[in-house]
This record gives sequence, structure tokens and C-alpha cells, in this order.
Amino acid sequence: MNSHVNLERRRQAIYGWLLLSPALILLSIFAFYPSIATLWSSLFSRNTRRRPSEFVGGENYSDLFADPTFWLVVKNNLLYAGVTIPVSIAIALAMALWANSKISARGFVRTAYFTPTVLPMIAAANLWLFFYTPGLGVLDQIGSLFGLPSVNWLGQPETALWAIIIVTVWKEAGFFMIFYLAALQTIPEDLKEAADIEGASRWTYTRRIVLPLLMPTTLFIMVNALINSVKLIDHLFILTKGGPSDASKLILYYIWEMAFAFFDAPHAAAMTIMVLLVLGIVAAIQFFYIDKRTHYQ
Amino acid sequence: MTYFTKLGLAGAVALGLTAPASAETELTMYYPIAVGGALTEVVDGIVAGFEKENPDIKVNAIYSGNYDDTRVRALSALNSGEPAQLAVMFSIDAYDLIEQDLIVPFDDLVEDKAWLDSFYPALMANGKIEGKTWGIPFQRSTIVAYYNKDLFRAAGLDPESPPTTWYDLISMGKKLTKGDTYGIMIPSTGYPYWMFQALAIQNGVEVMAGDGLSTSFDDPKVVETLEFWKSLSADYGVMPTGTVEWGTLRQAFLEGQTAMMWHSTGNLTAVKKNAEFDFGVAMLPGNKRLGSPTGGGNFYIFKDTSDEEKAAAMKLIEYMTAPEQAAEWSIATGYMGVSPAAYETEALKSYTKDFPPALVARNQLEHAVAEFSTFETARVRDGLNNAIQSALTGAKEPKEALEEAQKSADRLLKAYR
Amino acid sequence: MSNRMDTIGAVLLAVIWISPLLFAVWAAFHSTSDAVNFTLLSPWTLDNFRTAWAGAPWLKYFLNTFTLVTIVLTGQFILTTLAGFAFAKLDFPGKDFVFILVLMQLFILPEVLIVENYAMVSRLGLFDTILGVGMPYMASAFGIFLMRQAFKSVPIELHEAARIEGCGLLGILWRVYVPLAKPTYLAYALVSVSTHWNNFLWPLIVTNSPDTRPLTVGLSIFGAPENGVDISVISAATLMSVAPLLIAFLLFQRQFVQAFLRAGIK
Repeated sequence: MNSHVNLERRRQAIYGWLLLSPALILLSIFAFYPSIATLWSSLFSRNTRRRPSEFVGGENYSDLFADPTFWLVVKNNLLYAGVTIPVSIAIALAMALWANSKISARGFVRTAYFTPTVLPMIAAANLWLFFYTPGLGVLDQIGSLFGLPSVNWLGQPETALWAIIIVTVWKEAGFFMIFYLAALQTIPEDLKEAADIEGASRWTYTRRIVLPLLMPTTLFIMVNALINSVKLIDHLFILTKGGPSDASKLILYYIWEMAFAFFDAPHAAAMTIMVLLVLGIVAAIQFFYIDKRTHYQ
Repeated sequence: MTYFTKLGLAGAVALGLTAPASAETELTMYYPIAVGGALTEVVDGIVAGFEKENPDIKVNAIYSGNYDDTRVRALSALNSGEPAQLAVMFSIDAYDLIEQDLIVPFDDLVEDKAWLDSFYPALMANGKIEGKTWGIPFQRSTIVAYYNKDLFRAAGLDPESPPTTWYDLISMGKKLTKGDTYGIMIPSTGYPYWMFQALAIQNGVEVMAGDGLSTSFDDPKVVETLEFWKSLSADYGVMPTGTVEWGTLRQAFLEGQTAMMWHSTGNLTAVKKNAEFDFGVAMLPGNKRLGSPTGGGNFYIFKDTSDEEKAAAMKLIEYMTAPEQAAEWSIATGYMGVSPAAYETEALKSYTKDFPPALVARNQLEHAVAEFSTFETARVRDGLNNAIQSALTGAKEPKEALEEAQKSADRLLKAYR
Repeated sequence: MSNRMDTIGAVLLAVIWISPLLFAVWAAFHSTSDAVNFTLLSPWTLDNFRTAWAGAPWLKYFLNTFTLVTIVLTGQFILTTLAGFAFAKLDFPGKDFVFILVLMQLFILPEVLIVENYAMVSRLGLFDTILGVGMPYMASAFGIFLMRQAFKSVPIELHEAARIEGCGLLGILWRVYVPLAKPTYLAYALVSVSTHWNNFLWPLIVTNSPDTRPLTVGLSIFGAPENGVDISVISAATLMSVAPLLIAFLLFQRQFVQAFLRAGIK
């Protein structure tokens, strides 16, 4: 009997590792090894004809800390995250509540909300470019109907990042709505009936019952939105290229630029490490604090 | 895992099949293009003509977007061991390409040195570094002023005498600025440094040294130049405030939103095709002198290529820059014919006879200087671009912005001095 | 009353949300000049589509994207099924540690590691191949996680019953677990397909030729010529490139939404 259990245990171990290995190999090749390699290469200087690469320790990092562009980009990204995350979640929630309520034109409403999700960000950026273009653009044409002056949305440091943020929210909200919609379907009808009998207003019902029940979904969406606020930079390539004067440059775009336009892989690596570090801290908070109350079981 | 191995094998087999079976030489060339769309067909046509004449050479001409895209594409191909023997890249990438040890000078490859002298000298300037020639001009331009003759007439101006001085530019601009129409638009996204360099030359000052090792952004006359650019919108109101978008400027001009625009001559054919009004093309106005930087793309040959490939690449470059092809390319785009001989071809002669604006860019060559280019050129240029944009958008004073750009340029170039 | 307010609000938001797309449709079917001037009665035209179509090998781009999405999805299904099953139903030393490693990958975004991943793909000889574009995404932590969740909810009795009938472990996985997790697969496929159909930065870096370029990269290159863009032609190109997915979505949107609801992704 005992040996049978042992055998079973060994069999499970072998199977377990066998089943895991394809995924683990790919994860190692494309996530773990590159992370370590990035850390390693962030400690060396750039290799050029005049100066071969050499070990410089933390110099690439201190260069970045001394680089005002880096700090501007960090600030931009914090604002980008700070606005897109809550706003797109709030809009997604409103959309889901509407798309779930018994209004007429529900089909149209659902379709309209979700459609931007299907579009590639690059295509979306093309569409928005002509919204924003001064003079020719739709926004300006609408503005001129009301006698408003032409605004150069993408060409001014004060508005460029906001223009980018709006496109991101437009693109994301519909996607997040789907998750809320799914969660709303799982809320039993009798809760609503019970609330009605109690005489609770619709607002009270939403605030006291619906929102708490949606909490796990909100957390899930929040993590997604956070990840997007780092990785969703496609539209920068079309709309502003990070300009004017870096006002709309985000960190991943700067990494791309550093590595592939300036050929400065070591500084790009140093930035990558910092981003990973920040994401890691967020992940840790997620796992150790929030995890206990959600569905990651 | 076998699934992936299989796919990998399939990929390897596919690659093997495309490799040449005979002793023919295969070239891969990356190139950017001016106005998108059908122009790739023109290049394909020229390449096909070349392959016909040289059946032993096969050319993969890969269109890869704008200049920045193309540089990224070509260099990432080199980094990952994909074939790339030559490319058309920004004429101003030369310093960086040399520093990265990626290209070879043409002096060692050409048999007939006189060929190097057959091009316009102004177009060779950017490719001549440390006494050698690293780039051969292909799609080259200067900045020209496009103007809307109908709007000139409507404003009571002589449509045949566009502004030739900064003073005229402002006074005419004021007459032309009406309602939704501005007098002038000078683009300040995409290539702000290029426009700025034109203005600086006109103001009698250079923004960089000939050796690519220093810049003079904080020179009082350079600062004055930026102040002038800004004053066009801030003081005289003849240009919109904020930045003017490079990519949509042509459309704005075609829609009559501006009476004049400064743009690459590479836009000439597109403007000609789409303008529904009478338009003219003029040299840029001057202040202390006339002037424009050259611009556009040169051919480069990569170092990591075999001798046969280098010889084949030379043949291709000679073919593509020969007078007939240069004329064809010039007519299709508006770019300059790269050699005086191109303008002696029947095709270009009769074209410029019917359409004299096609000669403006070439005539301007005698006032032209090399385009802004230094070591670390992308980053130094970025600093200048930012300075220009923050001055134009009012985020910083011109002097302050340029001093910062100078400081960061010094920091970047220090290592090369 | 409040219902009417809801309807108005919902429809208003919907109109705002859909308007960029409507404008693109308008622009694509009119001459550039009519499009930007909103000449309402101007004639409709297909010229922009002709110009755009002739401007780039769209069919090839489309095929590349299709191949990419298929390869990625196939890879993901296989890898996440195997790993998800191991995490959900097998017990072996080191499992918890590895699971944390996998969860960590949720935050090590392939997008952030572009430089090293690019070097890795080159080293493997996969630069400028569609497989190279897809490979970094195949072992998706998100997918492994989803599959683990789905398999966990399968009652152990079914597992035992199949085992008594003499099924091997893989047989049980294939006959019992995979069919029961169908909704999860469907929902995951939807997320995966729309993600990779729309992915841009990574393909931009590792593809170099029209033979491998997906639609997004093709579109960005088409839309970024040096000297100027044409609103109507770009709108036409944009519509052409989003049309397949958009039409599929509009046709199957009920099923689409239902799939999400049933899978219980939350």
C-alpha cells in the first residue's frame, strides 16, 4: 500500500513536470532569461567603434537619474496611468450598467461600446489623428460651429498627453465593460427583488449590493488597466511620436526609442529593469494583500 | 516541443528554398519612400529594369516606411544576421553608421573616381566624412516654398513675385492672413530641425560644425532665428500658434488653409497632382543670405557583405542614379535629379519645360548647405527638435530652450572629441 | 422617467463612442477635399479604396496576421492546457514555487523586454518569421491561470470514472477536462485573437519584410510616408484592415458576449 502511494506520488511528479516543461521552457526563454540578461547588460557601457563595451556598474542608472527626459517620461506615465485607470474603469462600469439595463436600443449601445476594442490601436490612432488635426479635424470643425477657436490638440505640450489619454480610454473602456457585464449576469435576480421590496432606491441598490459584488472584477480590471498603462503605446507612433518636446512620451516608447532609434541598448536595459521593478512591487502587493479577498484561489 | 521544432524546421526549409540555386548574387535593399502608395511601383519598375540588364543579380527591394523606420529595419536585419547589402537611408545617418562600423566608403569600391564627381557637390556634402565618401545621393531634396497664386491674387499681391526676404514674408503674410487662412505654415513636427536650419542659414549662421563634433545652438544669432520663427505666430499672427504638423501640412495647403508652406521638394508631384488652384514654387526667402539645407536619402553599402555582393550593389547604385533613372524618379516624386546629366535627359528636359517649378530645388542648390548631422545625430537632433517645439508652443523662451539643447549636445558629443 | 434618462445617457455615450468609426467611413467614401469640408451632398466614391488597395500588399498582410493569430492560439492552447492541468490536478514537489514564477510572468510583460526578446528571437534564427512574432506569447501566464481555474472546477468523480475505464492521464485530460472547459477556451480564444490581431510594437520590431508583416505594421507603414498623409486614403486602408474582424464581431456579437458570460472570466 505504502509503496503504491509512493509510486503514485512519483508518477504525478513526473507527469507534472513533463506537462509543465513546454510552458516553462518558453517562459524561461522569453521572460526569465531575458529579464536576467537585461539586468546584466544594464551594467555595461555601449559598444562603439571608438569605445568597446566595458563594465560600468550603476552608471547607466545614474545617467538616467540625471536625464531630465527620463523624469519627464516617468511623470507622463504616472499621469497616464493615474487618469486612464480610474476613468476607463468608471466608464466601463457605467457602460455595463447601461448595457445590462432594460433600455431600448440596447443592442446598438452594446455594439457601439465594444467596437473600439476590435480595432487595432494603430487603426484607432489613424481615425483619431483626423479628429485632432487642427483646421481639418472633426473636433475643430465641431468647435467652429460654436465659434470656438482652432485648437492644436496634438501640437501643444498641455494637450498632447491628454489627447493620447482620451484615445486610450476610448479603446479600453469597452473591453473592460465586457468583464463587468459578465459579472453583472451572475448577480441573482432575487437580490434586486429583495431590495425593491425593502424599498431601496436604485442608487442604494447599486451602491450597497452591486458595487461590492463587483469588487473582484474591479480588481481584475485594475490589474489589466495597470498593465495597459505600461504597454499600450501604439498610438504614440501615429499621433505624436512622443512630442511636442517629449510632452507625451511614455516610458515604453522611450525604451523603444533608446534601443532601436538611438542604438543605446544599455540605457534601454536600465530603464527596462526599473519598469520591471515597479511592476514587481505592484505584483507583490496584489498577491500578498489583495489576493486574499479575490478569486485567485 | 516537437510542434515547435517542426514549425522551426518548416521555416528553415522555406528559407532554404528561397536561397538562390545558381551562382547568382542576391541583394536585399531597404528603402524609405516619399509619398506612399504607388511610388513603390516606380522603384519596383526601376529594379526590374536593372534585373533585366543584369540577369545574374536578384534584388529584393523592401519598402520600410519613413527614414527612421528604414534605419531601424535595416539595422535590426544586420543585427540578427538577416541579409542586407545596401539601403537608402537618411543622408545624415552617416556619422552614426560609421561610428557603429556598419558601412564602407565608396572610394574603395568605385573604379572610376570621376563617377563620384558626376553628382551635384552639395548633395555629396553629407556623405563626405573624414576625407571619404560614404553615401551616394538618391532621393534628395531641398526645402522650397509652395504658394497659392489664387490667394496671392485675392490679397492683391503679384502672383509671380513670392517673398524673397524675411521682411516680405511678414508683410505679404499679413495681407494673406484672413479668416481661416494663414499667410504661412512652416512645419514643426517631424523635421523641425530641418526647417530651423534653413532659417538659421538665412540668418547667416550655421548650427553645427563641419566635423560633426560641435553645435552652436546657443549662438546669439541662432537664438535670434528661433525668436523670428516664433514671432511669425506670436507677434505677427501669420502662422498658427503651437506646432504645425508635418504630415497633414500638404493637405492644409491644398485646402487653402495657408497661402504658403515650406516643405520638401519631394512633395512637388503630389501637390501638382492634387492642387485645384494655381500654385507656384519658389526658393526660400533670405535674411542675411539665401539658403536651405539639403535633405533626403543616400545609398549606403554595408560592411558585412562579400566582394561579389559589393560589386553587385555598386552596379545597382550606378544604375539607379544614372541620368535616365534619376530623371524618372525625379518626375515621379519631385525629388531632384542627382546629377547635372539627369537634367540633360530628354525626359526631364521636356518635363521641366512644361513645369518649370521642377527646377526650383535644383536652382536652389547653389545656396544649399549640408543637412544637420553630428555624431549621436538622432539624440542631438532630438534635443534641438524639443527646443524648437517648446519655444514655438511657448513652454520655454527660445534662449533658455536652445541653451538646454546645447548643454545636452555638449554632453553627448564630449566623448567623441 | 429615470429609465428615459438612462436611455438618453446610454445612447449619447454610444454615439460618441462610435463616431470616430463613422467619420472614417464617411472619409473613406468621399474625396479628401469633400471629406474634410463635410460637403454633405458630395458624391460617394470608391477611389480611395482603389488607391489604398494598390498601395500595399494587403492580402499578404491579412494572411500574415491570420497565420500569426492561428499559430499563437494553437501554441497557447497546447501549452496552457498542459500546464493548467498540471497546476490544477497534479500534486508534486515544487509546484507552488513554479506557480508563483508563472504568476510573476503576468507582470513581466513581453512588451517591456523587447530588446532582449529581439536578441533571443534573432539567436534562434526566428527573426522576420511569423513564428518569431508569436513565440514569446505562447506560454501565457494568463492562459495557464485561466485553464487552471477551469480544470479545478471539474468534479473529481468524472476524473475517477474515466480512470476506472482505463484512460491514461492525457486521455482523461483530452476526454474529460478539455470538453468541459470549452467556454473557457472560447473566451480565451477571443481575448487572444483580438490581442494578437491588434498587436503592433513587437511585430514592428521583429518583422522586416512584406512576407511577414502583419496588418497593423503594414498599416502603420502605409500611413507614415515621409511627406504627407491623405485622410481619405488612410481611412479606406484602415477600414479595409479592420473589416474582417469587425464584420465577424458584428455578425457574432451575441455569441461573443455570451461566450464571455458563460466562461465566467471575472
